[in-house]
Amino acid sequence: MPKIEIKNVYKIFGSNPETVLPIVKEGASKEDVLERTGHTVGLDNVSINIEEGETFVCMGLSGSGKSTLIRHLNRLIDPTDGDIIVDGTNVMELNEKQLIEFRKHEMSMVFQRFGLFPHKTVLENVGYGLEIQGKEPEERKKLAMIQVESVGLQGFENQYPSQLSGGMQQRVGLARALATNPQILLMDEAFSALDPLIRSDMQNQLIELQAKLKKTIVFITHDLDESLRLGDHIGILNGGRLVQAGTPEEIIMSPADDYVEAFVKDVNRAKVLRAKTVMIKANEFNSSDLKLADVYKVDEGSYIEQFLPKVLADRCTVMVVDKMGDTKGYITEKELAISLSKDGYNLK
Amino acid sequence: MKKISKNIIYLIYLILFGVLIVVSYNSSKRKPDSVSELYTDFTWLINWPKWLDTPFMHWINTGWRSFIADYGLIFDAIGYGLLRGYTELKNIIVQAPWPVVILGVIGITYVISGRKLGTTIFVGFCTFFIGFLNPRFWDKAIETTTMVVIGIAICVVIGIPIGIAMSRSERVRNIILPILDTMQVIPAFCYLIPGIILFGLGAIPAIISIFIYACPPLIRLTDLGIRLVDKEIIEAAESFGASKKQKLWGVQIPLALPNIMQGINQCTMMALAMVVIASMIGTRGLGDEVLLGLQQLNVGAALEAGLAIVLLAIVLDRMTQAYGEKIQERTQPQKKKN
Repeated sequence: MPKIEIKNVYKIFGSNPETVLPIVKEGASKEDVLERTGHTVGLDNVSINIEEGETFVCMGLSGSGKSTLIRHLNRLIDPTDGDIIVDGTNVMELNEKQLIEFRKHEMSMVFQRFGLFPHKTVLENVGYGLEIQGKEPEERKKLAMIQVESVGLQGFENQYPSQLSGGMQQRVGLARALATNPQILLMDEAFSALDPLIRSDMQNQLIELQAKLKKTIVFITHDLDESLRLGDHIGILNGGRLVQAGTPEEIIMSPADDYVEAFVKDVNRAKVLRAKTVMIKANEFNSSDLKLADVYKVDEGSYIEQFLPKVLADRCTVMVVDKMGDTKGYITEKELAISLSKDGYNLK
Repeated sequence: MKKISKNIIYLIYLILFGVLIVVSYNSSKRKPDSVSELYTDFTWLINWPKWLDTPFMHWINTGWRSFIADYGLIFDAIGYGLLRGYTELKNIIVQAPWPVVILGVIGITYVISGRKLGTTIFVGFCTFFIGFLNPRFWDKAIETTTMVVIGIAICVVIGIPIGIAMSRSERVRNIILPILDTMQVIPAFCYLIPGIILFGLGAIPAIISIFIYACPPLIRLTDLGIRLVDKEIIEAAESFGASKKQKLWGVQIPLALPNIMQGINQCTMMALAMVVIASMIGTRGLGDEVLLGLQQLNVGAALEAGLAIVLLAIVLDRMTQAYGEKIQERTQPQKKKN
């Protein structure tokens, strides 16, 4: 069972969403609805399943409804129609009291402009969720300090947020979200406000943390490189509709429509595609005339960019092996050429 | 749905208007002998007809009379309570030796300004100068200050909760805003005189007038301050499961505090202005001195008293301002120091 199940969610903004809902359900476009009723369609029949422990990246340009979607998960925004099931609980059916309990324990959120409390110190900010849970100050301080250390901000715990740089502030935001030890982490364009170097730093830190913590992360971004780097699965939104959902490889190799294609056009494929995606399976490959000296072993999970220079320099053939060392397949120059070119290749 | 309810509101307006016209026509003493005269003689279209006059004054007077008869006692009780508080507080300060009062002001300023020496010295100097202008002013300034302080206390106790309620509900906002506009625009004498009827002459109607005149900016700035708190910060608090109460006390009020302090500062200044006007209904204090000087055509005396009011205003302004700045520093610390 998926950890988070989003089922046929509609969100319509305006004075009277219920009357507009049937029109949207009939399939009228966003522009159409706006012209006819003055209502804005935020989400249009979005259904997503998110598995436990994965990072799901939701991508789209501004106005595509991605920030609206993530706010539905903890009901900062109420949907017009549809169900959201987290861990078997239908979030839509919670009353106010239950919702508050749900927010306290199930998930926490990281914000684009950090959303830190300017009148609280770093330590108080990190301990905020614990404070709301009603933990004693001593315990709160202890737990918060562990998180402050885990994001490498020790020594700054008594500073105020405005005394820190953007990257440091977002690390406070991350620590604050982790402090309550939620199973689900919502990250709303968490790194978009940071400059490129720090952003890539933060991405690494998140990947490292995730390897240890194995949270279920829902990450919103408008940056394709970021989504390819972080996401186990990616969902692409356009105008409130989910146009494609899949693994990074699927998105790159077989874009569902022109919109997605335009998105992935300039991606560095060598950085995204893995050996196991582009290889020819061992039983389909004639390995008899292969000289052992020309073979270069790589793990099936490695990216093309990791072995491409070696192949170019030594003109060798790549043998793809799994964790146990068994041969899974082969990659020759031909496969590399096909997979790196923009057109003429389809995932089998 | 929405359209229908809007149409109903328009219809109610129309009916109300019709009823008012009929009522005013019927109650008018100068209506024409018969309605048919209106169809034959159209001069009533040129000048405003005498019979088209809502008996508003009449209604208010009747209402006012029965209001006093029914609820006069309550106001007597409120007036008595306020008067006791006012007299006690005033007597304590008046009876204290003046150097002690000045030292007290200096001490308070030093603490609430966050140990700013410049402000403290300046405030102390201004306080000293009030008595220095004219020995008679000292006790009068204390009377005025006591009235202002009690007035502001009432404004804070009533105004800030109203401001909070406004920031939370669009409906409350729509109801309160026109009332605030009325309170700010209506000429002071319109409520000073009824104040005398309700509370008698002296300090109490002045304090009530201070509330009516000086409270609106505090309410507005409280409302504004809370609504201006960054939406993402509110969302952050909500996403951690903060209840409405936790959100209000833990996030919204602390972040709105600089604005609320600005409101209290505005409230103070307007209260001082009102105290002077209130002297015309027999309120003692520095305003009384201004009035006395003007009545005797003694420009020097009037100006001297006016100057004392300015000094008092400076003292109160600097004190509230300094406290506001201190709070601002606490909630929004300066950028990283190099």
